[in-house]
Amino acid sequence: MKKFLSFFGIGLFLGILFIKSEVASWFRIYEMFQFKSFHMYGIIGSAVVLGIIVVKYLKRNQSKDFSGNEIIINSKDKGFTRYITGGIIFGLGWALAGACPGPMYVLLGSMLPSILVLILGALIGTFVYGVLRNKLPH
Amino acid sequence: MDIIYSTWPWYVAGPLITLTMFLLLKMGKKFGMSSNLRTMCSIGGAGKFADFFKFDWKKDSWNLYVVAGVIVGGFVALQFLTPTAPQINPDVVAKLQELGINSTNTAFLPTELFSLESLLTVKGFAIIIIGGFLVGFGARYAGGCTSGHAISGLSNLQLPSLIAVIGFFIGGLIMVHLIFPLIF
Repeated sequence: MKKFLSFFGIGLFLGILFIKSEVASWFRIYEMFQFKSFHMYGIIGSAVVLGIIVVKYLKRNQSKDFSGNEIIINSKDKGFTRYITGGIIFGLGWALAGACPGPMYVLLGSMLPSILVLILGALIGTFVYGVLRNKLPH
Repeated sequence: MDIIYSTWPWYVAGPLITLTMFLLLKMGKKFGMSSNLRTMCSIGGAGKFADFFKFDWKKDSWNLYVVAGVIVGGFVALQFLTPTAPQINPDVVAKLQELGINSTNTAFLPTELFSLESLLTVKGFAIIIIGGFLVGFGARYAGGCTSGHAISGLSNLQLPSLIAVIGFFIGGLIMVHLIFPLIF
């Protein structure tokens, strides 16, 4: 129960953050790809700059997590094809739907049936990738 | 109360995203919002069709708890804490009008795309389900989404994440500048 509540709490915070910062708004994503507002770039940029400092700090101090285990951040496998191809496909969807996976869940709160269809689409996409995985170049 | 009801500026939102990533790392996990889609496929029995879905998803149940929180948080924020719609750059408002989207600055999402009326048209349904499909397929192919690659991956200075993020932008720019004029 404690485990559930701590992760649920983080999600609750993120959900409010995604709405209040408007990163879950289709309009903000469109505006970003038109390069007409600093808002999204400021959010991602400041999160990454601070993130680099945080990760460097955790690694340098060989920091432990709350359960006392060393924090290990696994690097992604080397490669190019899967990252660029998958990335482009993801980007097409991100701009069309105006939402990436986190914001999709957040938007359920709008009570629009479209969001259920959007998440269904994302599940089908995930499933089809899993089925085709061995046939795709990585 | 103003702080709660108005839009959170980038210099508040960005650091709070980093804080979330930090907390998840301290809890022995990582920040990524798309792997839960794989978990849900596995729970739904997708392991019968592909080995990709045969994994011990119970170990990953934490990411479903996060999703549950995100859903409730989104509901609370949208229903009670968001009296104003995002205010978009006037140039962008004009561009959207050319595309036939007039709900800018009055709604959180364009009603022209997300309303029930639109969903019940072939084109409207296709836009939503294809958008979702591309996000789900692309995220797993690239091994992460905006949170996993752009935030967690770049923070860890990983080259694969930089490649993926460049891909996100290539795809997004193609969609907005080349494909939108064809479909709207």
